[in-house]
Amino acid sequence: MTVNATPIIELDRVSRVFEQRRRQVKAVDAVSLAVQEGEVVCLVGESGCGKTTTGKMIAGLIHPSGGEVRYAGKNIWAMSKDEFRRYRLAVQLIHQDPYASLNPAHTVYGIMSAPLLQHGIVANHKQARERVRDLLRTVDLTPPDDFLDKYPHQLSGGQRQRVSVARALTVSPKVIVADEAVSMVDVSIRVSLLNMLSRLKRDLGVTFIFITHDLAVAKHFAWEGRIAVMYLGRMIEIGRTPQIINHPQHPYTRALLSAIPEADPRITRTKERLQLRSLDIPSLLNIPSGCSFHPRCPLFEAGLCEVSVPPLADVGDGTRVACHVVARERAKEVVA
Amino acid sequence: MSENAKTAGEPALLVEDLWVEYPARRGVVKAVRGVSFELRRGETLALIGESGSGKTTLGLALVRLLPKAARIKQGRIMYYRNGTSQDVLALNAEQLRRFRWQECAMVFQGAQNALNPVLRIEAQFLDTARAHGMTDAKAVRERAIELLKMVQLDPQRVMHSFPHELSGGMRQRVLIALGLLLQPQVIILDEPTTALDILTQRSVIEVLRRLRTQLDFSLIFISHDLSLAAELADRVATVYAGAIVEIGSVYDIFERPRHPYTLALTRSVPTVTGEMHPLASIPGSPPDLINPPLGCAFHPRCPYATDQCRSQEPRLERVGDDQFAACWHWQEVKP
Repeated sequence: MTVNATPIIELDRVSRVFEQRRRQVKAVDAVSLAVQEGEVVCLVGESGCGKTTTGKMIAGLIHPSGGEVRYAGKNIWAMSKDEFRRYRLAVQLIHQDPYASLNPAHTVYGIMSAPLLQHGIVANHKQARERVRDLLRTVDLTPPDDFLDKYPHQLSGGQRQRVSVARALTVSPKVIVADEAVSMVDVSIRVSLLNMLSRLKRDLGVTFIFITHDLAVAKHFAWEGRIAVMYLGRMIEIGRTPQIINHPQHPYTRALLSAIPEADPRITRTKERLQLRSLDIPSLLNIPSGCSFHPRCPLFEAGLCEVSVPPLADVGDGTRVACHVVARERAKEVVA
Repeated sequence: MSENAKTAGEPALLVEDLWVEYPARRGVVKAVRGVSFELRRGETLALIGESGSGKTTLGLALVRLLPKAARIKQGRIMYYRNGTSQDVLALNAEQLRRFRWQECAMVFQGAQNALNPVLRIEAQFLDTARAHGMTDAKAVRERAIELLKMVQLDPQRVMHSFPHELSGGMRQRVLIALGLLLQPQVIILDEPTTALDILTQRSVIEVLRRLRTQLDFSLIFISHDLSLAAELADRVATVYAGAIVEIGSVYDIFERPRHPYTLALTRSVPTVTGEMHPLASIPGSPPDLINPPLGCAFHPRCPYATDQCRSQEPRLERVGDDQFAACWHWQEVKP
């Protein structure tokens, strides 16, 4: 990863406001992120943190209310029709729910051949069939002839999700935005899906934006990449995965990591838990002033945290944190 | 602590060779196939299985809340309290009404849908109590307030709220409190933390842990989530294709699993704490309960499978002090 290269995806203070019964819901608030080609970035957070909305803005499916989304340096909403088409092919989204994202009236072949023929990637059905077979093999649906003529309802959840991935691959994307792509499948299937996605990442050099609520999954998928943690629409911490997992800085990240139940009775029963001041997540309709985590935060300092929104500050080791208190303490350490 | 569960004496619940089937278009779904286990007094037992393993059907059968189409083909469910026993499958309608909730309460998956959306929480407590013959509204209200406090909710706020005014985690805790209203001896929780956010899950887990020390009941929870079992259970049973394939103490199950499916499951869950290690995947797909594989239902996905596994179904046998597994090759299974 060259530091000076133009990021393949760049979010520059991107926001998105939804109108709900004349009230404004700020789903994403001034999020900035630069992703280099071949990188893996996990967007992590609880429901309502804005990770899915951010993913959809990266894929160009929804318009930001403010800020710019850039693909290879260009604002996607200022592109020519032709450029925009190329961008849309290059950035593919895999949805969470493989039951909802595949057309139930089409066979696997129908679902996958449509983009191939539509975009002139293959000349005819004979070539399309060959290409679909290759792609099914890529996602471990073998032998492919067993799947070509099946309808989605004849497939298991894990197989459907593989078809979704294979469909995204039909247009040879440079970036895949995977929104909770492994959350809805069973444990025994999840690992093989994750391993398959890791292999694609390695073999095809695809850039991944991986959206998940599960930090353990993020750890395993993006160990060589980065994790960005979101809370109520804002990015509150971003850094290299081993740093975020082993040395989290933001009190929210620390609370999340300490709260996760682990599939090991000795680890999980002796884990130290960070206590929050409040269990309730504030509503997006009523986001607390200043740092939106302040009503729950164990480090809360009156007169500081509720007054201004903390910026993402560099605290060393490649981590940036949006916390007044942590940033101040780290700065002291540097001086000392 | 729940870990000091009394092991002596009679169990709270005893299930023997239970079979449950559903008719479906393609044939008969064999959802529960010959399940036997005991729930010991004061213990927390986790039934762990993936979707379609039959674990929810098993839970519903224990309180006889199966859908009409389902049929209990054979088996026995015995419930014990104060030295007397009841054959749950032989209860008549009136006895069954009393058995549910007063003796054995089930808290369903999806807290959103289990509460009546047009009743305030207080009314839900009063209704439940009235349906079971408790007419003293003042006493019920006091008990409800006490229970809501135990599940870490603010009774002042919650009692007068409608379900939609509460978050998912709050609703789940209301349901747990409601389940405890009539002081049942056995509580069955179906996926108590599924679909909840991490911090909310944590609060539900802590509430359950605290309740276990404050009140006297036995707990069965049904989940696909191994980490929940690691957190809360005294004993764990793994369910595969409608049968319990292994049962033992939580430490044995996680540290010395003897069934290849339990082993594979526990090795396929990523952890946050600890080293990065490659995750092992389980090949193949979940079994079809209409035509379960011959012999051991896990054999098509099992690295230990032999001809014997393809033709003969293994039964649970003792593989440790308090651990049972249904595998012909349990002695070869090494973590």
